[in-house]
Amino acid sequence: MTIQEIQEEIIDEFSMFDDWMQRYEYMIELGKSLPLIEEQYKTDDNLIKGCQSKVWVHAELDGDKLVFTSDSDAIITKGIIAILIRAFSNQKPQDIIDADTAFIDEIGLKEHLSPTRANGLVSMVKQLKLYAVAYQTQLN
Amino acid sequence: MIQTTLDIATIRKDFPILNRKVNGQPLVYLDNAATSQTPQQVIDVIVDYYQGYNANIHRGVHSLSQEATDAYEIARKKIQEHFNIAKSQEVIFTSGTTHGINLVATGFTSFLKKGDEVVVSAMEHHSNIVPWQMLCERTGATLKVIPMNLEGELIMEEYHKLLSERTKLVFCNHVSNALGTINPIEEIIEAAHKVGAAVLIDGAQAAAHIKPNLQALDVDFYVVSAHKMCGPTGVGMLYGKEEWLKKLPPYQGGGEMIAEVTFEKTTYADLPHKFEAGTPNICGGIAFGAALDYLNNIGFEALTHYEDELVEYATQKLLSIDGLRIYGTAKRKTSVISFNIEGIHPYDIGTILDKLGIAVRTGHHCAQPIMDFYKIPGTVRASFSFYNTKEEVDKLVEGVKRAKSMLE
Repeated sequence: MTIQEIQEEIIDEFSMFDDWMQRYEYMIELGKSLPLIEEQYKTDDNLIKGCQSKVWVHAELDGDKLVFTSDSDAIITKGIIAILIRAFSNQKPQDIIDADTAFIDEIGLKEHLSPTRANGLVSMVKQLKLYAVAYQTQLN
Repeated sequence: MIQTTLDIATIRKDFPILNRKVNGQPLVYLDNAATSQTPQQVIDVIVDYYQGYNANIHRGVHSLSQEATDAYEIARKKIQEHFNIAKSQEVIFTSGTTHGINLVATGFTSFLKKGDEVVVSAMEHHSNIVPWQMLCERTGATLKVIPMNLEGELIMEEYHKLLSERTKLVFCNHVSNALGTINPIEEIIEAAHKVGAAVLIDGAQAAAHIKPNLQALDVDFYVVSAHKMCGPTGVGMLYGKEEWLKKLPPYQGGGEMIAEVTFEKTTYADLPHKFEAGTPNICGGIAFGAALDYLNNIGFEALTHYEDELVEYATQKLLSIDGLRIYGTAKRKTSVISFNIEGIHPYDIGTILDKLGIAVRTGHHCAQPIMDFYKIPGTVRASFSFYNTKEEVDKLVEGVKRAKSMLE
């Protein structure tokens, strides 16, 4: 599936819920399916700056596709990064670089998009894209 | 049963913001230690200023300037009286606590040398750590730390051992922002003076709950921010003993702080203007005075009595939640409850509470050394004011329970 298709799938799933609590409960559920980062990669270098909770992200190439693994010490943050990784993992770096992130608004996480918001969703998206830029350079 | 002589329902009507909704829920504002809300009486003063007599002060010959100057200087007198300060020139308007601390820390650069020691408590806000670290870097002085115990109280025996003739400065908060501990500043000041050290007390967290008598305390410097005591942001007070303020060099150069300027030499203005370069936050200063009037009208004794009862009620209710631990259980504390639930990140709890319209602070509260001490990433901090109610405490407790069931 393309990033666009996955994003539409996520939007569909979230549209089933009509209140915030169900959305958050679903997000917490998604957090449990997060592809976990290996312990050896849980280093300060892999920590995303700008988050009130700790978020580690690791990226590596599998053929021409970039695969992300991650973890967080906060459950809601884990859900948020799980959604992002579901949309961006196993994709070509250039597609990740070009991807739109408007779907985050549509699933009711808009308030997390504010740059001042402590969880730093913006920092997470930026970090995933930075990895993509780095690996794209390598592929070139 | 909470007993109070205060009419909380009427008091709440003074705070328009308390009527608003957040995420579709009535706002429950429990982040008073970060900033307090502003009563209509203070908002009116701010509006009156801009509608009626906005002008620059201390320099104009025209009537508006005179009116604004008078109002600003009346506010200075109100601050002087409130904190029982001997002379009005010992009241320096600042932009807030951080400004006041930096002014003193910078001024002490020329008074310290290698081998001198400065003493700070283990439970300081970053704003009362970093300026002193910078001072030590500039001068070669050494920073010593008064340790604390698990209850969140300073270990005073250790403090006394730290003091010597090398100690030049001691700084400590009156009340800890992260734990609510009321520190024994009387003892701290007296002991520091015995070895000839000056003392700065950060009153940011205390001033909304305690009316300190600065002459009786005999403290050298005391700093506060108006926005923690029902006033506006961007204004505060530095109190300094006249002898110290005369000795300290000016912090910033500019207009208002000079007596005479030539390109060869400038002579500085007398106190307090020597430390008030540039156009100050005139409206803020006047509104600060109005905020003090508002609080004094209610009366500090009545409001702290009520807050103590509220925090006692909240403590009991919160402790009934399985796995909840409160950080900061000092015998003397203000209305701050810092807590965590075992296995749950404070950020997660704060996020769910926000969805329920409940405003708390989560994180390290700009006091990372305290979090390191307890080996935690942060806490959830609920901080209460006299306009909070028992019903709001109940909503907090219900909210925490709901968050817990979602997050476990």
